Amino acid sequence: MMTIRVLKDKTAGGIMFFLTLSSMLLVVIMGIGLFLKSAPVFEEHSLGELLFSSSWKPMRGEFGFLPFIMGTIWVTVIAVVMAVPVSLLTAIYLTEYARPVVRKYVFPALDILAGLPSVIYGVWGTLLIVPFISGWLAPRFVDFSTGYTMLAGGIVLGVMILPLLVSLFIELITSVPEELREASISLGATRWQTTKAVVVRAVLPGLVAAVVLAVSRALGETIAVLMVCGNLPEIPGSLFDACYPIPALIANNYGEMLSLPLYEAALMFAALILFIVVLLFNLVSRVVLYRIEKTFS
Amino acid sequence: MKLKFLEEKLFKILMTGAMLTVLAFVVSIIYSILTKGWGAMSWDMILKLPGGGFYIGKEGGFLNAIVGSVYIVGISTLLGLLISIPVVFYLNIYLKRRSQIAYIARIAYDVLFGIPSIVYGAFGFTIMIYFGLKTSLLGGIIVITLLIIPIFIRSMDEVARQFPREILDASYSLGATRLETIRVVLRQIAPGIATATLLSVGRAIGDAASVMFTAGYTDSIPTSLSQPAATLPLAVFFQLSSPIKEVQDRAYAAALVLTLIVLLLSVLGRYITNRFSKHKLK
Amino acid sequence: MKHFFQALSLPVKSRAYPFNAPDGKVANLFRPDRKFHRDEEESELVVRDLNVYIKEQHILKEINLAIPDKKITCIVGPSGCGKSTLLKTFNRLIDSVEGARVSGKVLLNGTDIVSSSGPEIIHLRREMGLISQKPCPLPMSIFDNIAYGCRIHGIRNRKKLRLVVRHYLEAAGLWEEVQDRLNTPAIRLSIGQQQRLCLARSLAVEPRFILADEATSALDPISSKTIEELFVKLKQNYSIVMVTHTLRQALRIADNVIFMYLGEVIESGPAERVFNRPEHKLTRKYLSGVFS
Repeated sequence: MMTIRVLKDKTAGGIMFFLTLSSMLLVVIMGIGLFLKSAPVFEEHSLGELLFSSSWKPMRGEFGFLPFIMGTIWVTVIAVVMAVPVSLLTAIYLTEYARPVVRKYVFPALDILAGLPSVIYGVWGTLLIVPFISGWLAPRFVDFSTGYTMLAGGIVLGVMILPLLVSLFIELITSVPEELREASISLGATRWQTTKAVVVRAVLPGLVAAVVLAVSRALGETIAVLMVCGNLPEIPGSLFDACYPIPALIANNYGEMLSLPLYEAALMFAALILFIVVLLFNLVSRVVLYRIEKTFS
Repeated sequence: MKLKFLEEKLFKILMTGAMLTVLAFVVSIIYSILTKGWGAMSWDMILKLPGGGFYIGKEGGFLNAIVGSVYIVGISTLLGLLISIPVVFYLNIYLKRRSQIAYIARIAYDVLFGIPSIVYGAFGFTIMIYFGLKTSLLGGIIVITLLIIPIFIRSMDEVARQFPREILDASYSLGATRLETIRVVLRQIAPGIATATLLSVGRAIGDAASVMFTAGYTDSIPTSLSQPAATLPLAVFFQLSSPIKEVQDRAYAAALVLTLIVLLLSVLGRYITNRFSKHKLK
Repeated sequence: MKHFFQALSLPVKSRAYPFNAPDGKVANLFRPDRKFHRDEEESELVVRDLNVYIKEQHILKEINLAIPDKKITCIVGPSGCGKSTLLKTFNRLIDSVEGARVSGKVLLNGTDIVSSSGPEIIHLRREMGLISQKPCPLPMSIFDNIAYGCRIHGIRNRKKLRLVVRHYLEAAGLWEEVQDRLNTPAIRLSIGQQQRLCLARSLAVEPRFILADEATSALDPISSKTIEELFVKLKQNYSIVMVTHTLRQALRIADNVIFMYLGEVIESGPAERVFNRPEHKLTRKYLSGVFS
């Protein structure tokens, strides 16, 4: 009787361990799979050429990823620059100032924002942001713009990473022990001074890690950006130019990638770049966030 | 002396402004989808398959996409739960609290959680080529399952980690094995698991980039695992890129359906969390 | 549900199950129909050369002890001296402490606890009922809390479960207070009631030993007195090992006292002797309240 129970316990443990291990290994398998698939493109092109050439002519076997890399970087930078201040201020307001009633209504709203599918953001972008740029904003700076621009991509992406940033920030700020705040306030500091000098400073590495995490999320965002950013394989010169981020490149061309030599390998290489960058960013920021969680608990 | 109060005031205004901006975005997105979608909505949209000449603005709806999404997400959710619930229990009950394996595993799942769905799509596509599969329902299911496993694990793990360690010890000291103790834990965290499931389903149903590669798109309802399947997000995406207004309208209607589903899941999740906490320790 | 329950409990009463002696006191603390028979058996717990390390710290040093049968043994000593760790080695909950290493022997009727594995651990945990400092009801109803252990050990029959639950709730002096609300969550009981519930829950799996880790320190004076009285009553059938912080409690109820200091057993023996004629200087200091 007891032996059977222990046997069951051990067997279940074995199965669980197997499931845990194999699902963890997915990271490794994914990396290897993408690498093997993209290997052929390295045989004809050097890594430097792939990353720093701006000539993208799949028909002639030229695969320069620079326009896409630049497009990705720019869109992400715009998104982060716009989203970080807004989300930091919102998070501080919600944790340090807001009354419970406010929180009760804002948190569900943030949840909704976080839960909306990417394609919905895309639809919203084409309905509102693109016309806004082409009809109102762009004419004040440049002669003509379709509205399908890097700026539109950045704005949509910025809104998309808002809820992630706010929730990470809130988590960090609430992890600061109340005694620290009380100590500062009892010295005669205002609430804002306390926030600035004590709370934010205490979790600064965490805030940076949270931003890095949001950047990695932004880097991989596909459909929404694809729908509003114009998709021209050129290095964008201004905010009102179209751009072509890497995820959009993969998504737009998967259909024809089997028809040209090396095209598939090149696109898999694009996925591999994304994979590696996102992996590194995630690893670093998660480790930092875990450390902070540990110090305060 | 005056300055610091001025600074406080200024930042308070800025913060309120920031929060209102965020809220304005939420309202603007929901409002634009609702109004645009409602205008294009009709019973035909959700009850009919695309008819002939659908893509030049004729008869039909997007039932194919609704059914396809339900198939893919339903089966993937089941498979995902089957894999992730044991993993969550392993991490929280079989392993010790400060176990190195658990630490590494959590980071691994966080990383997997962060990997973009387009990469999952590309990876899924290579697997499918490797096994000689065409874009199909099965492909979509495989890739969505892989995609939601880390989401499942991490969100359930958050719930399970809150479970008081002393209760485990109390159960062990009565002579229960770890496997038997799971029952106690399960009772307590079941609402958490339900909520996590709903949120992950919301994720899965809205994901377009991964199924684009693997499930394909079709105008009919798949009758076997090897046939391609349409999905709601792709229905929005493809139809919106059409120049014809009627087709675009259908994209808006599909977007409305998708949004409503996601909102419903979110409300349901909230309800469950609030409702079922009878035995919960404070 | 409540009515259902009451209805079912009526015939039990009328059958006059021999739970209660005529004067209303619990006559026999073991269930008459218990699953594991052993009432007349002697049981002994002997510790030999026990060493416990957690990470690099030497928590327990060369412990040699014998815990007498059917007595209350109190382990006293200043906090951090390893009392709780010692209890944890007795029921192998030390296993869930990260980085713990144990050497030496803890013999329960000749079987070594330290080197046991698999089914033996499960078995010995059943033999060692644990009452922790903070009462820890399982997240389920009062009834299920008691029935949980029995179900695990193979009692499935609902009728029998009801008898067992009632018996041990009576043994813990809780039946009167909770008989009308057996299906409410255990968490709604007062903290003193919760502790008695935990006691009843441990008794329900028929242990030989009751390990109490400062079981009364989180309770109000009245509840802790109730628990103490229960322990005194229970020692006719069980061996009780309790860790305590309050010397006065030890004075009141201990038959045997073990004094520990910095991971070592300084002195042990019958309570009366240790308290009145301590042999060791440290014991004298501790008893006179120099450190606590």
